[in-house]
Amino acid sequence: MGVKLLLEKAHVENIRLYDVYRREGGYRSVEKALKTMSPDAIVEEVKKSGLRGRGGAGFPAGMKWSFIAKPEGVPRHLVCNADESEPGTFKDRYLMEFIPHLLIEGLIVSSYALGSNDTYIYIRGEYAWIVDILEQAITEAKNNGWLGKNILGSGFDCNIHVQRGAGAYICGEETALIESLEGKRGNPRIKPPFPAVKGVWDRPTVVNNVETLSAVVPIINMGGEEYAKIGVGRSTGTKLISACGNINKPGVYEIDMTISVEEFIYSDEYCGGIANGKRLKACIPGGSSVPILPANLLLKTAKGETRYMNYESLSDGGFATGSMMGSGGFIVLDEDQCVVKNTYTLARFYRHESCGQCSPCREGTGWMEKILHNIECGKGKMTDIDLLWDIQRKIEGNTICPLGDAAAWPVAAAIRHFRDEFEWHVLHPEEAQKRNYGLAHYADPIHVPV
Amino acid sequence: MVKFNEQQLAEFNRLVARYPEGKQKSALLPVLHLAQESFGGWLSAETMDYVAELLKIKPIEVYEVATFYSMYNLKPIGKYMFEVCQTGPCMLRGSDDIIQYIQDKLGIKPGETTADGMFTLKTVECLGACGYAPMMQMGKHYREHLTREKVDAIIEECRKNAATNN
Ligand SMILES: Cc1cc2nc3c(=O)[nH]c(=O)nc-3n(C[C@H](O)[C@H](O)[C@H](O)COP(=O)(O)O)c2cc1C
Ligand code: SF4
Ligand code: FES
Repeated sequence: MGVKLLLEKAHVENIRLYDVYRREGGYRSVEKALKTMSPDAIVEEVKKSGLRGRGGAGFPAGMKWSFIAKPEGVPRHLVCNADESEPGTFKDRYLMEFIPHLLIEGLIVSSYALGSNDTYIYIRGEYAWIVDILEQAITEAKNNGWLGKNILGSGFDCNIHVQRGAGAYICGEETALIESLEGKRGNPRIKPPFPAVKGVWDRPTVVNNVETLSAVVPIINMGGEEYAKIGVGRSTGTKLISACGNINKPGVYEIDMTISVEEFIYSDEYCGGIANGKRLKACIPGGSSVPILPANLLLKTAKGETRYMNYESLSDGGFATGSMMGSGGFIVLDEDQCVVKNTYTLARFYRHESCGQCSPCREGTGWMEKILHNIECGKGKMTDIDLLWDIQRKIEGNTICPLGDAAAWPVAAAIRHFRDEFEWHVLHPEEAQKRNYGLAHYADPIHVPV
Repeated sequence: MVKFNEQQLAEFNRLVARYPEGKQKSALLPVLHLAQESFGGWLSAETMDYVAELLKIKPIEVYEVATFYSMYNLKPIGKYMFEVCQTGPCMLRGSDDIIQYIQDKLGIKPGETTADGMFTLKTVECLGACGYAPMMQMGKHYREHLTREKVDAIIEECRKNAATNN
């Protein structure tokens, strides 16, 4: 069993309730922080922990906090990003649904560190029942003196508000989220100015992911240095992985980032192997935006070394032969799955979610969807594959926000690694309607069933 | 005429109070949810104008938001709406089959409502339940690990509920 810092207590009966959570040691980090530490000392502790943002970009959290502007007389805000809409990702939901007080606890400590008296949780609109769970937890915390005025006699006031979104993946992007929080369309802003200087209502703002802010609790409890000892290299602490697709045990797992991808997929402690005794074909290891990898490159790097479930190892080889940790949405495809079709559904997703501000993203995502649909339905041409490549290249890097890149990368990686499968669809359109391409050369070389 | 009742107005005031003074527009998304729930599951022009008036903003500010977000319904929907996820991870676990099954069973396509006004079918993109696929949202809650049998049972359950509520 690996170390568990976030989900250690998630299975305790009624842990959702304040009394149980408190009895299990909850809210100790608030006591420690507010009674014995200065806000700056907390920022230092988070820096020492090496905690990287768990929302997808992996930016060091402590460093982000130290950038927040502190102009005289202007309120600052912490905003928790609970928009969780990246396909394959459902870990924040798990935390909020099953152990909501952990997030509330982390938010109080983080709000104190940043000087945020009004902190907002922006949650995707579809998680409607989780809003009730969070509001219940907030009320309990308030009734027990952890929120409100002069918390624990420290002089620090804090309230937490939950705001529901209304169905828009783009609102997970931090500046779109801020626009949405202000009651507008979720159109990302041009940066700079960065939210740390001009965020919600033009006030200095820090936006962090649910898991990032929850991880502040163990960091304060155990100390940043101890936290940093878990994991490897710049992948410190634990990470939640939401595993889905064709595996035996889909679900949310907390890992310390020293385990191999192979162990994660095949061990009974985690995914439990590929479902129905099938073989592994491919995997998108960090949410739909990151490059898909064929089995051989997933389990071993191009240099033939074991690939591990951490930031560095998953990106080993760059986009040519590697991928990314991303949001931790681990999507597994078995031998019966069609990479063209999977890529098509993702292209449709990005077309649907583009906010439409930048023409390369607005138009490009639509073209990619259409072309992929044609290829998938047996109406594609060989030149379409190059055209797809060309379109994704022209989107990448040419847009206001990273959604453009996020739409381009999955298409690029699918063509890079599975070009033969695209060509097969074009050359054998009728056969492609009847059966799948199968495994070809990129089969998992390790787990060949006997 | 659309108008919040006392209880709905109290909720409206609670929502607005969460934001700094003069920033009441920030409450727009939650208030639109409240309005949609209060006035028949969709947002008519009249409802949107009413929300604009309450929040002291221009009607266009409400329209642009209502048209941007997928959860606001701009036309009436059935008594029960099945929002079935069709994105990659759900597709890998058979969401296509579930969508087709519901279409055949109810005789409607995505975006349509049954003639008796009971059911609306909508396809949606990833709802954050990929590990429990295939899935759909129905009202406030998710229905996960869908099978054809489960779909049958859900439709049955809706019909029963509708019959007892009438
Ligand atoms: C299109 C797009 C969608 C995003 N969606 C999310 C999301 O749902 N949740 C999230 O935490 N971060 C999301 N992000 C990343 C945020 O912009 C931001 O980097 C993150 O919330 C910062 O928190 P962290 O440093 O704690 O990860 C998204 C980014 C982009 C470009
Ligand atoms: S890249 Fe796409 S989603 Fe991002 S701002 Fe431009 S159009 Fe909008
Ligand atoms: S893909 Fe259907 S819930 Fe995520």
